[in-house]
Amino acid sequence: MRHTISVLVENRFGVLARVAGLFSGRGYNIDSLCVGETDDPTISRMTIVTNGDNRIIEQIEKQLNKLIDVIKVMDVTKEDHVERELVLIKVGADEAQRARVLEIVEIFRGKIIDVSPKTMTVEITGDEGKINGITEMLKPFGIKELVRTGKVAVVRGEK
Amino acid sequence: MKYTGAQILIEALIKEGADTIFGYPGGVLLPIFDVLYDAKINFILVRHEQGAAHAADGYSRSTNKVGVCMATSGPGATNLVTGIATAYMDSIPMVVITGQVPTTMIGNDAFQEADIIGITRPIVKHSYLLKNVADIARVVKEAFWIAKTGRPGPVLIDIPKDISTATMTNPKYPQSVDIRSYNPTCLGHPMQIKKAVSAIASSKKPVIYSGGGIMSSGAAEELQKFVDITGIPVTSTLLGLGGFPGTHPLFLGMLGMHGTKYANYAISNADLVIAVGSRFDDRVTGKVDEFAPAATVIHIDIDPSSISKNVLVHIPIVGDAKHILQQINKEAIPPKINDWTEQIEQWKKDYPLGYKKGGKLKPQFVIEKIYEVTGGNAIITTEVGQNQMWAAQYYKFEYPRSFLSSGGLGTMGYGFPAAIGAQVANPDMVVFDIAGDGSFQMNIQELATAIQYNLPVNVAILNNHNLGMVRQWQELFFNKRYSYTSMAVQPDFVKVAEAYGAEGIRVETEEEVVPALKSAIDSKKPVVLDFWVEEEENVFPMVPAGASLTQMLEGMA
Repeated sequence: MRHTISVLVENRFGVLARVAGLFSGRGYNIDSLCVGETDDPTISRMTIVTNGDNRIIEQIEKQLNKLIDVIKVMDVTKEDHVERELVLIKVGADEAQRARVLEIVEIFRGKIIDVSPKTMTVEITGDEGKINGITEMLKPFGIKELVRTGKVAVVRGEK
Repeated sequence: MKYTGAQILIEALIKEGADTIFGYPGGVLLPIFDVLYDAKINFILVRHEQGAAHAADGYSRSTNKVGVCMATSGPGATNLVTGIATAYMDSIPMVVITGQVPTTMIGNDAFQEADIIGITRPIVKHSYLLKNVADIARVVKEAFWIAKTGRPGPVLIDIPKDISTATMTNPKYPQSVDIRSYNPTCLGHPMQIKKAVSAIASSKKPVIYSGGGIMSSGAAEELQKFVDITGIPVTSTLLGLGGFPGTHPLFLGMLGMHGTKYANYAISNADLVIAVGSRFDDRVTGKVDEFAPAATVIHIDIDPSSISKNVLVHIPIVGDAKHILQQINKEAIPPKINDWTEQIEQWKKDYPLGYKKGGKLKPQFVIEKIYEVTGGNAIITTEVGQNQMWAAQYYKFEYPRSFLSSGGLGTMGYGFPAAIGAQVANPDMVVFDIAGDGSFQMNIQELATAIQYNLPVNVAILNNHNLGMVRQWQELFFNKRYSYTSMAVQPDFVKVAEAYGAEGIRVETEEEVVPALKSAIDSKKPVVLDFWVEEEENVFPMVPAGASLTQMLEGMA
């Protein structure tokens, strides 16, 4: 099963390598990884999407906690949470197709951020279902490039 | 007053209680070695950096102090890697100091540059690349703290040359450590303790399975008390040997691949396994699904990630073994297990450890005599392979920290430099490295170190002219196709010893064993005892890799 794990780490040189090395060294998968500073500039947050059975996920959490630079590990999948990902999709679209692409993008509440005679670039934010949905719809036009940030997640409410 | 980074580093080491550094100089370390020239710290110059790492490890294992080793950038640092990995796998507290090229040259493929932080990342508990002279004192303080607390392990400090030479006025040496992301659990959770106490009280076939954590936490006394209260028999991992007296009537010896039959039967038939400071290694469990199939498992460990990693644990107690055993001892109720202890006694009678007498000198006989002659009052290190397993089986380890062996990584070449480190830390103890002819050659150059510092270590080579353990597997599982395991070509170890200025004694018969051992112990010099033993002797019992613990091969006729 897929899990989204949120990790607070010291914002320090080499921390990403320690986390990434832990996953590769122990044979765990990383589906996506997103890193950025928090409101406290000494702390970064890593959002890691991984998969495995409960035992593997438990080990991943424990092993992450063992790293000295890791402050907090939370499997947000276990909590009521929201997830978002930002994706840029460059699709083939000439003059004749532009309106149809625009229509799809509007349905998904995306944005067109670049247009060229033969392409359009779409910016879309959402959860996995929405991203998959628009990707499917845009496929027939020919996806030239697809760039995704990786998932970020936050637990709902005050927690 | 102005101090250089090198001065601050050495001062910080001394403030942390480091009295000895094992190491080897090199280009980028020159500013540090200039300080060492007249520093109040004992420096042991090894002959290969790997020897420094193992010696620091042996120093640490024999004392529970943090071992310190030092090597230069590039090849010096990479030569430490095996020793760091050895310490990491066995949770040994060490501080490793490596020189690095100047910060301005890092990443330039400079002369003797290696990314040692990157290379060692998976085999250290933590590491630091120093980039500012003002960080040195704090980093050293943190490194020692991290190395020795929680689940201990090696911490590496990489110090670029320009940081060693940089200066600052009035460096501050912190009194305490504040790492917000590092707070190891020490006390056991009271609810879990209650659960354990009740499981123990109602158990009918309990076994204690103790490991190296007994040494790390200094819990031998508490373990003994726990056994006094409950009367539960104890089996031990390789690294747990010495954590409970080897001569105690309730001691079952080592379990696992080369464990005693009665230990393996006991754990396989147990209804309660109390694991203390042990981590269910594959050499212990055999086939995991069939390990202690009927047992409730209590697991006491400082490292949460050890819990339910290999074997499902029913009652985990995270914390320090010493504290947790103290907590349990306060409430423990002895279970009624007379039938069980009688059953175990019967197994002990029916399946004793043993070997076939007669013929050429037997390696097991040599170990038995080392035990008799030293009376258990010695520090025993081992290499890896048959020598290690026979030492574990036939020497009765009475005291914690009297048995030093590379368990997790299984490092050939560990025992001799570790013996040197142990002898440095314990000048008045008798120290034996129980070696094989293969392993000893992996760090034989350290004979010069032993001579230079007048360290009267004894090396007992169980010389079977083979890489015996691999040869044994080839005999049993590869149709006796002895592929590259013959060590027929080997030096004359007696002459090698003499060439270094040590003593060498060859022993080929049983009658010569005790006099040779006595003479080695009486000698004030390092002594290499070259025991020519039966070449085809195998280690039994043996659980084939991946088999259940009850499927033991037996070599006795």
